[in-house]
Amino acid sequence: MFESKSGVFLIAGLGFFAFAFLSNALVPALMYRDLPEKTTAQLVEENSNLMYQFENLANRYPEQFEKYYGEVTEEKCAEALELGRRTYVSEACWHCHSQFVRPVSREEDRWGPVSRTEEYQNVLQRPVMFGTRRIGPDLSREGGRRGNDWHAVHFFQPTMVSTGSPMPAYPWFFDGSPDKPNKRGIALITYVQWLGSWLESYPYYEDFKPIPLPEEIKESIEKEAEESQES
Amino acid sequence: MIDKLAKAEDPRHEQLVDEPIVVAYFLLALGYLALSMLAGLLMATQLVHWNPLNGIELLSPGRWRMIHTNVVAYGFLANAFLGALHWSVPRLVLKPVLDRRLSWFILVAWQVVLLCTFFGIVFGPTLQANIAALERLPFSLGAQGIEWGETPTWIDPLALAGLLLVAVNFMGPIVRTKGPMYVSAWYFIAAFVWTFLTYAMGNFLPQYWLAGTSAGAVGGLFIHDLVGLFVTPLGWGLVYYFVPILLQKPIWSHGLSLVGFWGLAFFYPLNGIHHFLYTPIPMFLQYGAIISTIAVEMVVTTVIVNFFATIWGSGRQLITNLPVRWFYTGMVFYGLTCLQCAMQTTLTFQALIHFTDWVVGHAHMVMFGVFSLWLLGIMTYLFPRLWRTEWYSKELLEYHYWLSSVGLLVMAADLILLGPFQGYYWASLQPWEVSVDGSQPFWMLRVFAGLAMLAGQLCFFYNIYMTWRRSRAQGVPVSTGTQQAPPAEVAPQA
Repeated sequence: MFESKSGVFLIAGLGFFAFAFLSNALVPALMYRDLPEKTTAQLVEENSNLMYQFENLANRYPEQFEKYYGEVTEEKCAEALELGRRTYVSEACWHCHSQFVRPVSREEDRWGPVSRTEEYQNVLQRPVMFGTRRIGPDLSREGGRRGNDWHAVHFFQPTMVSTGSPMPAYPWFFDGSPDKPNKRGIALITYVQWLGSWLESYPYYEDFKPIPLPEEIKESIEKEAEESQES
Repeated sequence: MIDKLAKAEDPRHEQLVDEPIVVAYFLLALGYLALSMLAGLLMATQLVHWNPLNGIELLSPGRWRMIHTNVVAYGFLANAFLGALHWSVPRLVLKPVLDRRLSWFILVAWQVVLLCTFFGIVFGPTLQANIAALERLPFSLGAQGIEWGETPTWIDPLALAGLLLVAVNFMGPIVRTKGPMYVSAWYFIAAFVWTFLTYAMGNFLPQYWLAGTSAGAVGGLFIHDLVGLFVTPLGWGLVYYFVPILLQKPIWSHGLSLVGFWGLAFFYPLNGIHHFLYTPIPMFLQYGAIISTIAVEMVVTTVIVNFFATIWGSGRQLITNLPVRWFYTGMVFYGLTCLQCAMQTTLTFQALIHFTDWVVGHAHMVMFGVFSLWLLGIMTYLFPRLWRTEWYSKELLEYHYWLSSVGLLVMAADLILLGPFQGYYWASLQPWEVSVDGSQPFWMLRVFAGLAMLAGQLCFFYNIYMTWRRSRAQGVPVSTGTQQAPPAEVAPQA
């Protein structure tokens, strides 16, 4: 049996694969089968954070917005979100930016609330954008932390607003200059501003203040500064 | 099969092996290896601000990063495996493949899949943004959002059909063989089944049926199974085939071979979720994956013990016999990488090194340090036999070996060391730029390690070209696997 064709084919080939599939893929799928998968329209609906950002894009880049999207409606916003996600995937953004906050390594202090399953039950997470590498920061709570202008300039030439950033430039999201984002540019900015828009903690970027450092870290930094002054 | 004494009525090499297809697969594989390395170089230079092509849409480092991984998996490894299988499967079971025309059809179909993948990832998003008719398509022409499965959705069905045909073509002769099989055949049979199932599961389920956390679980299974159930069993099957031939003695322990295969077959598929620890995937599944991963390390130890016991007493071959050296170097890296895996999969390590370059170093050690080294060793062994002439230059072969293996060692060590640095930068809540700036010296060293590996391959390409020229000058015969047996006094190729 252990050296025969049928043994290898049936037990190892099909059997063990099926066992692993049942226990590792089917179990979570069944566990979450009662969590409804939201459509893009449902994600946009009553999402004032997202609609605020979308409207803001229309105000900041009126000509470009008019040309590529026309009016500020929920349908247009959903369209931009979908194109934004498609661009996020096909430009491999998710290979350098993750989309989940872990309950370890002080990630809660850096990014915000730890990720929960419900956040991922929607079509924009099909396939899921967890990511496996962080060359740049995690993006799952990025929305609202920076203004649309910042994102536009950053996509056009990252080093203009983030010195030393190794992120590539994406001038093809613009019609020539950073104040003229094209369809893909507006879509991708909408997508990034959407990330985290479902949370209570979604910031209004002009009021955004980073989460304060925990006391013991602040103390140790102050102590180091004092010591370096003394020496 | 392998230890059976050759009988007079056994079919000859000329009736079994289609040599031109082996050569064709090897040359294609090496072409894709060069392409993949150039793509890696582009991304590596981007990270250290040395990329002069930054801002050109069709040369975007992001798109070429996906070319780097997909071309190495489906271009280099898959083609090289198919070439090596066309040599070893017929000689192992003493029957030619199911149909020679099917073999050539698969070769062409697979290159079409690869070209479509390349075209889709690089040109897809650009075309779709600029041509109105394509923009309205309900699917993306560009990459799919699945790691190691970025092959665009529209080419996935053809790729899956290709994998099915590969399985049919090789299973044909295997099925007609009676009695217990040699170790290599176990790995090959399992690999044909697993590769097909893995590809179907990973490319279709999270795209069409599952979202969110459960898609993440399937994505983890896919990343892991692609290495564990496609690359690993084919690699070990070939090593079990070539090492006893090269050392001219049987594998040390058949019992350990059994433990190795069945242990791997059971535990390997259960590992996938260890790629997504601390995600919202249920904790008991994460623990299961961690325990299975540590179990795999135990199994791997038995396999490595078996192979080092086999070479015991013939250690000098590591110096004199270059293919043997390639195989055993790969095995040392395999041992290291699996040991590393058993550590890094624990929650303690994950908290620190997940998302860092530690994992990137690990991936390079597996894909290049183990399986690419084995395949390059097989090519080093087979090209002179396929062309019936000596290598043009033994010295260039040595350069190829040393530049590849030392280059990889430096790259992997560099990235693995960088991992904890990045992890501690992040955990200490310093500004993000600190981790990027701190990575620069490591990333620079990585560029040069990669250039050394590329230089090694260039030595190999030149050597192959000159060897081919020499064999053409000598006008050697070619076996297509369909000829009549030669007269009895002509010994078959060793």
